[in-house]
Amino acid sequence: MLLPYSWLKEYVDVDVTPEELQAKLFSCGFEVEELTCLGKDVVNVVTGRIVKTEKHPDADRLTVCQVDCGALGGRQIVTAATNVFEGAVVPVALDNSTVLHEGGVQKIRTGKLRGVVSEGMFCSGEELGINNDFYEGAEVNGILILDADTPLGADIRPVVGIDDWIFDIAVTANRPDCQSVFGMAREVAAALGKPLRAPATGYTARPTEVKITVEVQEPALCPRYIGNYVADVKIGTSPRWLRRRLALCGLRSVSDIVDITNYVLLELGQPMHAFDRDYLEGDGIVVRRAQKDETIVTLDEKSFTLSPDNLLICDRKKGVALAGIMGGLNSEIKADTKEVFFEAAKFARDCVRKTSRALGQRSDSSARFEKGVDAYTCAFAMDRALHLVEELGCGVPTSCRADVNAETLSPKVIEVSFAQIDDVLGIQVPHADMAAILTRLGFGVTASEGGMSVTVPLWREDVDGYPDLAEEIIRSYGYEHIVPTFLKNATVTRGGLSPAQKTEEKCKRVLQREGYMETCSYSFYSPKDFDLLRLPADAPERRAIRILNPIGEDLSVMRTVLAPSMLANIVRNVRRGNEEGRLFELANVYLAGQLPLTDLPEERKHISIGLWGGGDFFDLKGAVEAIAEAFDLRLSYVRTQKPFLHPGIAAAVMLGEKEVGWLGEVHPAVGEELALEKRVYLAELDYAALAKKFAKDITFRGVPRFPDAVRDLAVVVDESVTCAQIEECILSSCRAAKRAELFDVFRGAALGAGKKSMAFHITFAPEGDKAVTPELADSYFKKIVGALGKKLGAELR
Amino acid sequence: MDKSLEEILQEAAEKFSAAGDSHALYEAKMTFLGKTGRVGALYKKLRELPESERPAFGAQINELRRAIEERVSAIEERLRERELAARLEQEQVDITMPGRSRKQGTLHPVTRVKNLLIDVFAGMGFEVFEGPEIETEYYNFTALNTPADHPARDMQDTFYLTDDLLLRTQTSAGQIRMMEQKKPPIKMLSPGRVFRSDDDATHSPMFHQMEGLVVDRGITLCDLQGMLDEFARVVFGKGSKTRLRPSYFPFTEPSVEVDVSCHACGGKGCSLCKGTGWIEVLGAGMVNRRVLENCGIDPDVYSGFAFGMGIERIAMLKYGINNIKLLTENDVRFLQQFKD
Repeated sequence: MLLPYSWLKEYVDVDVTPEELQAKLFSCGFEVEELTCLGKDVVNVVTGRIVKTEKHPDADRLTVCQVDCGALGGRQIVTAATNVFEGAVVPVALDNSTVLHEGGVQKIRTGKLRGVVSEGMFCSGEELGINNDFYEGAEVNGILILDADTPLGADIRPVVGIDDWIFDIAVTANRPDCQSVFGMAREVAAALGKPLRAPATGYTARPTEVKITVEVQEPALCPRYIGNYVADVKIGTSPRWLRRRLALCGLRSVSDIVDITNYVLLELGQPMHAFDRDYLEGDGIVVRRAQKDETIVTLDEKSFTLSPDNLLICDRKKGVALAGIMGGLNSEIKADTKEVFFEAAKFARDCVRKTSRALGQRSDSSARFEKGVDAYTCAFAMDRALHLVEELGCGVPTSCRADVNAETLSPKVIEVSFAQIDDVLGIQVPHADMAAILTRLGFGVTASEGGMSVTVPLWREDVDGYPDLAEEIIRSYGYEHIVPTFLKNATVTRGGLSPAQKTEEKCKRVLQREGYMETCSYSFYSPKDFDLLRLPADAPERRAIRILNPIGEDLSVMRTVLAPSMLANIVRNVRRGNEEGRLFELANVYLAGQLPLTDLPEERKHISIGLWGGGDFFDLKGAVEAIAEAFDLRLSYVRTQKPFLHPGIAAAVMLGEKEVGWLGEVHPAVGEELALEKRVYLAELDYAALAKKFAKDITFRGVPRFPDAVRDLAVVVDESVTCAQIEECILSSCRAAKRAELFDVFRGAALGAGKKSMAFHITFAPEGDKAVTPELADSYFKKIVGALGKKLGAELR
Repeated sequence: MDKSLEEILQEAAEKFSAAGDSHALYEAKMTFLGKTGRVGALYKKLRELPESERPAFGAQINELRRAIEERVSAIEERLRERELAARLEQEQVDITMPGRSRKQGTLHPVTRVKNLLIDVFAGMGFEVFEGPEIETEYYNFTALNTPADHPARDMQDTFYLTDDLLLRTQTSAGQIRMMEQKKPPIKMLSPGRVFRSDDDATHSPMFHQMEGLVVDRGITLCDLQGMLDEFARVVFGKGSKTRLRPSYFPFTEPSVEVDVSCHACGGKGCSLCKGTGWIEVLGAGMVNRRVLENCGIDPDVYSGFAFGMGIERIAMLKYGINNIKLLTENDVRFLQQFKD
């Protein structure tokens, strides 16, 4: 919200600097996002009258001017402008001055143009940063010609109205009443303890026979509608002061009647509209929902097809305005408009917002209605507009007024005890200060037993309970008065992570110990990611939840599997030249029970692990095993096929009979599509399934009296025999064998084609009180060798 | 000692002296003292002697044996010392060569800051509660006193999945679920992912928040600031202070923005704090009475405060990370800096 300093001063005698005011506003809840000094780059530019012009002796296109700068004396200026003439008063940038130039600042010094001295430069409107609304003539092609009676030698800034400051203020959503110059003036007056001068609203209403009726069919969407007929309109141009104020707030002048509506919007925050009465058929306004497929063409000549969700302002025959958003082209104010019907209404904010979004049509008016307009200000604004019509002399206000109001206009009264305020704040603000603060902000305060009876101003629709009053008091009194206490009255409670949360943290720590770095990826990705994984059309992963309004297709579906994010991370790293890495993520996937969604979907934690460079399948498997080890899980691995994994280097991770994840090397074809020159290994585990089986606590087992005995065994087997088969055979053929760990695989001509040698450390644990003597170990060993030979055709090497 | 025995001793002494290492010495020792050695042969001979001569000869053999053992051990000792010296000489390593260890991984800065915050607040009795990331309009907005026509509910900010289901825009949604389950006293911390339809240089469509909530008897704004001061000291350093200024959130009244004194310049004003000496870190306020009512808690008996902060923002401030995108790019050169 833009607040011009000069305009503010019309309502409040501000006796602090703009910077001090900025600090003051900040402390009471209005952050000035930008404070702009308008004329700060126009320095040492003064007014001067051209007393004599001559042709430049050596340049046809240059003119040498003698300029009278009043008390500053005479100057010779050489100019290329063609609109200068003797007697013209112009802005003169003197030696050592600055003006605006092509978005920057230009320094002007005395110099020679084709041998003739020029002691500065004449300025155009653009060089002063102004348009026609600041000063008529500012947009001509050439030098700005000032009024002939302008004093000479004067600083140009006040002359063209750029000696000003603009406060760009962030107003919080609960304070729509501050989205206007006068609204902010109320706050400034209260903050500075100064009286507030309200804008004049008086006018003389000429009696009239004209009768314009208003019928509101949707009072919920249009709680108040005020219309007033203005007769004898003569459309003209607004005076400079008004045009300048519009310009300071970034609006262009159109015509006096239209300018008045915009001026009132800026001044009081009430959007207004002016209809040309000639084009209102049947002398009546109907506020109703649009019919299906009803159309309207708005002022900007755009055509819209409407629905009953859209509120339409109609005459007795047709739509004439899109309520709260923009007027219709059919009843637009034109240069020959003779009669005007002003509208000041309150439209429900979500109705305006939804219509504005649905049609893609925005305006200053719709932006303002979306924030919220109060019913009280409708009447205030109408009176102000009619006052301005009279003041500008562009028409005659009449007694023909329609006012349809569904809201109560009697103010709320809040009974509050001082103790209630104290209990919110934790400090005791003196009672007199409480009353004074509220009074300054426009509240009515009368003392009551142990408290106050507070009347809420009608424009403060946000205030409805004592905590609101507590906030009004403390933001004025100052938050610096709060004395920090450390949960003085609170009960002692037990804090910390739940066991499930601790387990997640532990799991992260395990992967961290294994050298993996935690990543964080978006919870959504592209449906194309499923194609990249070459998942078939009926793959469960493709049953992803779609976002209705995604930022783009790339971020449009909720993750059902984490692997695509991990793959994207690895691709990014490899492209950036990171030779190797180990990454993981522990995050939710989102699994829909039914699509489209009817209920909250399941959010299920998965672990994704990725590895490239400096490791292979078994390094990755080591990470999975480390998790199993940390949580005392017995996982097994079976060969599996996944469309995105190398068919020979892929395993399903089994917990009992249940598949709880997979790991493997990324399929070379997928790698090629991603231009990955490295082998990449991925794993994904259903963390939630694993967590269900995590060991709850440690169960102690007795320490045997005798040590374990270890024997090494190397057997030659067919290539098709797996490590797991041998391991299983060893452990099942001998009860005392507790572990069988592969430590070597060897292939060679001596073994014969299709054969391999596998060597294991076998650990025999003592059973009960019986030591594993060398003789006993030998007998175990023999038994195992026998079983391996029989079941797997293994030969001792 | 018998002459022949003297000779044996003499011979042994010479052999022992000639042994170049422990192994040769052992071999030599066995020649004399082994089962089939020279001394053993003497014991065999002893058994062949007449009974009367045995004690005297026996004593002589024993003496010889002792003498040989003495000589062996003297030389053994010398050889061991020499060999150890040689081994130590040989085994010198280049101690400047790199050591071996498994390179530890790292935790994401967001996790690190989250854990730090949990640590701070858990110590004050806050339990950690995680609500769902996909929420209903009721929990994300309505119950938080954000009426249907509030701009915060606009399609521009919120990702919708259906008319009613959405990606939560704030961890505040967890407040309601917590208060429905549990009655005061409540001290809750709710960290997690949140989502907003916003993607530019300084915004990510997904980020993390940490919500805090206290509901009990007699909780005031002073308690809020006291607790935030403690938070600021732990996260930003001992001398940190907080400043409250008025703001607006639908679910708190009064609402405040909380600034922390700039840890980079100590409040003097620098580029980080844009010369103000203060950095905006979180939003907070006294829990709105309507929110308590929505959860079946009597606002005339209980009061509370709530605060919410962006974890990424705290992490960026704490570690001096200058670009929010770095947090989701997962470049190992970035991640590896967050070691324990």
